[in-house]
Amino acid sequence: MYNKGTIIPGLMIFIVFVTFPLWYNGLSAGPVPKPELPVGEKECVAPAKEMRDNHMKLLNQWRDAVLRDDDRVMVKVGGKEYRKGLQTTCMQCHTDKEKFCDTCHTYAAVQPSCWDCHLTPAVAASKKETL
Amino acid sequence: MDTKRRKFLKMAGAAALAGIGAPALIKLNSTSAFASEEPAHEAPAHGGETAAHGEIAAATGVRLGMVIDMRRFAEQPELLDQAIAACHKVHNVPHFPNDRKNEIKWIWKAPYANVFPELDSIHKSEMAKNAPFAVLCNHCDNPSCVKACPTKATFVQPENGIVAMDFHRCIGCRFCMAACPYGARSFNWQDPRPFIETYNADFPTRMRGVVEKCNFCGERLALGLEPACVEVAKSAGAMVFGDLNDPDSEIRRVLDKEFTIQRNPAAGTKPSVYYIV
Repeated sequence: MYNKGTIIPGLMIFIVFVTFPLWYNGLSAGPVPKPELPVGEKECVAPAKEMRDNHMKLLNQWRDAVLRDDDRVMVKVGGKEYRKGLQTTCMQCHTDKEKFCDTCHTYAAVQPSCWDCHLTPAVAASKKETL
Repeated sequence: MDTKRRKFLKMAGAAALAGIGAPALIKLNSTSAFASEEPAHEAPAHGGETAAHGEIAAATGVRLGMVIDMRRFAEQPELLDQAIAACHKVHNVPHFPNDRKNEIKWIWKAPYANVFPELDSIHKSEMAKNAPFAVLCNHCDNPSCVKACPTKATFVQPENGIVAMDFHRCIGCRFCMAACPYGARSFNWQDPRPFIETYNADFPTRMRGVVEKCNFCGERLALGLEPACVEVAKSAGAMVFGDLNDPDSEIRRVLDKEFTIQRNPAAGTKPSVYYIV
């Protein structure tokens, strides 16, 4: 190999540089987020595992069903009926977006654009109608 | 040398003649060959659109519409303000005082001359001269905004004829605003949230860069409620809402009884909002 003396140290520096985020954090991904679950409610529209994996797909399905297909058939959970909707259904039990949604989303560095339009319970309460 | 030039000119002339003549020959051939098939081709292409020139074919199925009785609104000037306030509260519509550029319109007031420019005349009734008219999206049967939308963010709901908006899909190109002959669409030039007075937690707001308009209260209809403006104006008989295709509906009874006009019928959009003036 030509230029062994420069190539090998160069490669090593490169590898150290690229893996910097890994070893800088001590090869751990940090504490696993623990979203705050609603008090008193035991059942969601789907099992926890499925919700954890596919809640974004379900929200998209609901969105298309309600807006485009005019299919607003209620979702039944444990004898109770709910409308299909993020703001009107999910946030009725998961009343704190910051302590529920954001915990995982911040950890995974995803920025869903839901809240550009949809109101979080906290935002909705900030300009509530005074009766 | 001379003979060669002569030959060349002859050949060039012949080639030019052939070049000019060939398209004409091909054209003649093609028309004669396809002439017999043409009527069969044309029938399905035009059958779906309009039956004949000037004839209005009604869409089938539920088709929601509205009759606005301006006589009642003129009697009670505060009624229209209340209807507008009810709509804006339910749908989180922002208010931009004295700012026409940013104005967001769902249901709004306009003078007769602007609502019915083609029917405007010098000697009109007191009401047409003075009373502000209620204007909203016409939820057309043949909406030009839907044709213009490149992402299908605005579309006709086949179940009820509402011209709906899917804000998730809107890319803010504003083609629909240019296409709408009624100016019923508004663009969010900035984040509307600071300009919303009170939030309705049951309905989202909009974000910067999307177009919005009246949705005939699709979300309220799903809950068995009437549109917010109708709920306010119904008791005074100023607004009637219902299925235009149901001959026994209240709206059809009103339409059968009263003479009504529509905004810009010449645009061919077939609006679902009728006015008694």
